[in-house]
Amino acid sequence: MHDMSAHAVHHGAPTSFIRKHIFSLDHKVIGKQYYGMALIAVLVGMVLSWIMRLHLGWGNLAIPGLHLLSKAGAPGDVMTPEYYLQLMTMHGTIMVFFVLTTAPFTAFGNYFLPIQTGAEDMPFPHFNMMSFWVTFSGFIVLMASFFVSDGPTLGGWTQYAPLSAVGSVSGPGQGWGVVLWAISIGLFCVGQLFGSLNFITTTLDMRCKGMSLMRLPLSAWAWFITSVMGLGAFAVLMPAVILLILDQVAGTSFFVASNLVINDQLLPHSGGSTLLWQHLFWFFGHPEVYIALLPGMGIVSHVLVTSMRKPMLSHRVLIYSMGSLAVLSYMVYGHHMFVAGMNPISSLAFSFPTLIITIPSTIIVLIWLGSLYGSKLRITSASLFALGFISVFISGGISGFFLAQPSIDIMLHATYFVVGHFHLVMAVAAMFGIFSGTYFWFPKMFGRMMNEPLGKIHFWCTFVGTYCIFMPFHYLGIAGNIRRYQAFTDDYLMPLIPVHRFITVAALFTGAAQLIFLYNLIYSRFKGPVAPNDNPWEGTSLEWSTATPPPHNNWGDKMPVVYHDPYQYSVEGAKEDYIMQTSPEPVHSADEEK
Amino acid sequence: MATTVHEPPGVNREQWSDSAGGGGWRNLVPADGDLHKVKDHSPPPVSTGIWVALAGITMTFAAFTSALIVRQGASYTDWQHITLPSVLYLNTLIIIASSVTLEISRRRVAAFMGGLKHRPEVPARWLYLTLSLGLLFIAGQTFAWLQLRSQGITLATNISYSFFYVLTVVHALHLLGGIGGMARVIGKFNHFALKRSTLDATSRYWHFMGVLWVYLLFLLWMKL
Amino acid sequence: MAKLLAVTIVIIAILSAIPIITHTWPGNISVGLPQDISTHGVLIDEQYADTMLEAGICFLISQFVLAYFIWKFSQPKPGDKPRRFPGGAAGLVIAAFLLVGTECLALGVFGAKAWGNIYFTPPAADSMPVQVQAGQFAFYFRYPGPDRKFGPLHANLISEANANFFGLDTTNDQDSKDDIVTAEMAIPVNREIHLLMHSKDLGHSFFVPELRIHQDFVPGLDLSVHFTATKIGKYEIVCTQLCGLGHYNMKAYLEVMSQGDYDAWLKQQAALQ
Repeated sequence: MHDMSAHAVHHGAPTSFIRKHIFSLDHKVIGKQYYGMALIAVLVGMVLSWIMRLHLGWGNLAIPGLHLLSKAGAPGDVMTPEYYLQLMTMHGTIMVFFVLTTAPFTAFGNYFLPIQTGAEDMPFPHFNMMSFWVTFSGFIVLMASFFVSDGPTLGGWTQYAPLSAVGSVSGPGQGWGVVLWAISIGLFCVGQLFGSLNFITTTLDMRCKGMSLMRLPLSAWAWFITSVMGLGAFAVLMPAVILLILDQVAGTSFFVASNLVINDQLLPHSGGSTLLWQHLFWFFGHPEVYIALLPGMGIVSHVLVTSMRKPMLSHRVLIYSMGSLAVLSYMVYGHHMFVAGMNPISSLAFSFPTLIITIPSTIIVLIWLGSLYGSKLRITSASLFALGFISVFISGGISGFFLAQPSIDIMLHATYFVVGHFHLVMAVAAMFGIFSGTYFWFPKMFGRMMNEPLGKIHFWCTFVGTYCIFMPFHYLGIAGNIRRYQAFTDDYLMPLIPVHRFITVAALFTGAAQLIFLYNLIYSRFKGPVAPNDNPWEGTSLEWSTATPPPHNNWGDKMPVVYHDPYQYSVEGAKEDYIMQTSPEPVHSADEEK
Repeated sequence: MATTVHEPPGVNREQWSDSAGGGGWRNLVPADGDLHKVKDHSPPPVSTGIWVALAGITMTFAAFTSALIVRQGASYTDWQHITLPSVLYLNTLIIIASSVTLEISRRRVAAFMGGLKHRPEVPARWLYLTLSLGLLFIAGQTFAWLQLRSQGITLATNISYSFFYVLTVVHALHLLGGIGGMARVIGKFNHFALKRSTLDATSRYWHFMGVLWVYLLFLLWMKL
Repeated sequence: MAKLLAVTIVIIAILSAIPIITHTWPGNISVGLPQDISTHGVLIDEQYADTMLEAGICFLISQFVLAYFIWKFSQPKPGDKPRRFPGGAAGLVIAAFLLVGTECLALGVFGAKAWGNIYFTPPAADSMPVQVQAGQFAFYFRYPGPDRKFGPLHANLISEANANFFGLDTTNDQDSKDDIVTAEMAIPVNREIHLLMHSKDLGHSFFVPELRIHQDFVPGLDLSVHFTATKIGKYEIVCTQLCGLGHYNMKAYLEVMSQGDYDAWLKQQAALQ
């Protein structure tokens, strides 16, 4: 009769340019599209941070050409206070959403999750394609807000209501700027929900023969856990931005309280809850920190194992720890609101889980360190960034001890201490994950090697540079330097300006060093030496057993079959110092799953 | 192109597509490499996918619900008690009926696919009925919104109405997704290309929309 | 290369710790917590110092161990076999639970005490009420005057042009007639202040680092804090909650005076109303 049996997802290789490179259903192309978008976004975000840093170091400095970006924002090339805030908001939004979430999670995840699980593609390729294009339109909408009449929003990436909910009366960019921001984030949420749907289903249902969950590499696990977190977080942020948009354009009062007076004008709203926005936002916002961080952890673990030539001390413990981070990340969001007017008892209730989250984090670090012990470490650009990740994760994570305690938070809340903390633990760590992944997987993605000496120079500049930028942030915060100030007019902050100048110089230097990476990336893409074989790093996971770059259906004629745990390095009695997952060579080791 | 260091052993594609889904649920290949010992039982991706999607939608409406509760806690005084338009109760009956017709059609399709009985028109008729009831529900909701608007009640009239509009519209948008899915199911069925798993997933979504509506109605009735 | 990385990590760790230990940044810039002028701040400072000690030790040890392992295991000889960490993962997990768990519990419990000291104690009955109103981009303060009662606020009467910052109706409200509105805050030393916080427009914050007081203004929700200043002097009140283009410049001064000076100041302000 009719063939109604279920099939694995099949779609033939596309032939037209548009279906091949633009509206592609291939997870590998979508992954590269995400990476490309993140690359554009990170350049914009980095230039914004340069402008901000220059302004913080030398307040009246004219930055040549700045008036071209906004006449009103920078008359005579000198930035106005509001334009500083607008650029700061855009820097935060672009970086958190369109770089730190997309590059390590949806870019590398899209490309390598199906390959590492042994699938031909994601199960819902149309949703996957939409995921990218919806996210990309979100990015375009956000960029468009640079060009509306009074510029982008100045409300900070957290977009606290009622500043963000009452319209342009509260400041430049707070009308159209906020609406575009909210639409952009709404689209982003939709894109990421589609992405999470595919990631979760790929991991659960699309694995090849022999690939049990515990045989998945750590990077695949990290993407899987991240997508579960993303499903919850973005599904909550979306209703929040819907309500925000309605407050802005329809005059509702979800977040705007009664009797507010701005410029001697009584606002028409009544009864809204200011804290409601903060609760909804941080319910998303805290897991978001881990959404940015976990893929980096996974990538770095994957790279480290390959470089150490021995398996992790415990594959399971690492996975369970990442899982506990994900669960706990939903229970701690209130620590962003200790002094926000929440019930003081809830502050304590949020403080304890926040302190407890250090336990799985510590276990992860200890497992990394314990695995380093007795290893045969190979130093490459990828492994340098992976080791650097551990160092910045420790540095950034430990300052969390302070911010987890409401009593100390009284002194440190909304200071540069917080800025230093989250930049190190979330932004720099995630960036190190991205760099590590790029140097590691570039040969597989493009069939060419990146230049190692340049990669090492890039590492040294970035590693030393980021510490020079973000460690002093902590000292500033302890001295009481408030964040989101465009200039320091307060008497007690004036003496700190030399520290800001030091940071600015370090930021310009570190930013410039990223141009080395950009050059290396573009040059190697076209002119780099051809990868010597399919497995240049002598890895074991599935991505190294397929062709380079992988064919449209990832595997050609033969689907892979998996015989081993992911990291069989230095196995007793084996022919070489590694056994690939697809190799039927027997392994007699305590680590092998029974 | 680069040469492969290890020629990866694998299974041929024909052998592969025997198995449903293709996942590896606890299907460890023994070290001796005997593939015949492996049996695949993993579900087709769409049946997992739909649960993932429903989990996301649940989170969204949980967020709306907690927003409603927090917003009420912030200010009781400006809440206006609203009388729900009575057409909503009729709509509730319609959406419940659509779930019933969907279940009937699912059984007919199962029987049809099993080659037991029926000509294809019979199950198709029930699917069309389900689709029409879904559209009727949307029409009924639109009628309720228009009715309120004709009374001069808009989104910003009062916070109670703000929540009323937001919850009903977001639900209707989700249901429109279900209607799109149902149209696709019918199209595939007519072209003899329908998979059981697609029909099952779509009907899970459809039933979920019904349950969600009953929940929302209860929430609106109790809280507003 | 790996040895260089190990050395770099050690140098970075030590350099990072120096400003914390010496409380200075090159050029004699102070980086410690500002001096404490409150009665409740001692516990916070102790908690901070304890946390800094524990976190500092964790930081240095883990960076040093990382550096040492990188140094030691990066140049294996060809015949070297990888070794397993003695004790395996179980030992590390137990260590993490015991050490970090105890540390967390201890910090949490003592931190809760410091927090409760501020937020779980009611203001004394004889504390002096002062109201502060935050608006874009200034603080205003209101003293109840001789009748010790604050008159009601009327949002529709707020007018910067008429200098009616709080929206007081001095013609009709009996209690408002003697209320004293000022642009800077003066308080007597060693007297408990009950600060009533009200926001006119958006979210703002009241932060006086020396006073160890930091509380957001929540529009639509009037909160209060209470504190006692112990040292005469002039301090800055800054806004830490992003409130718009003038956020960086939103500040006021807090003058802690002797009781005599304060009485004279209040009399002078009352005359200006």
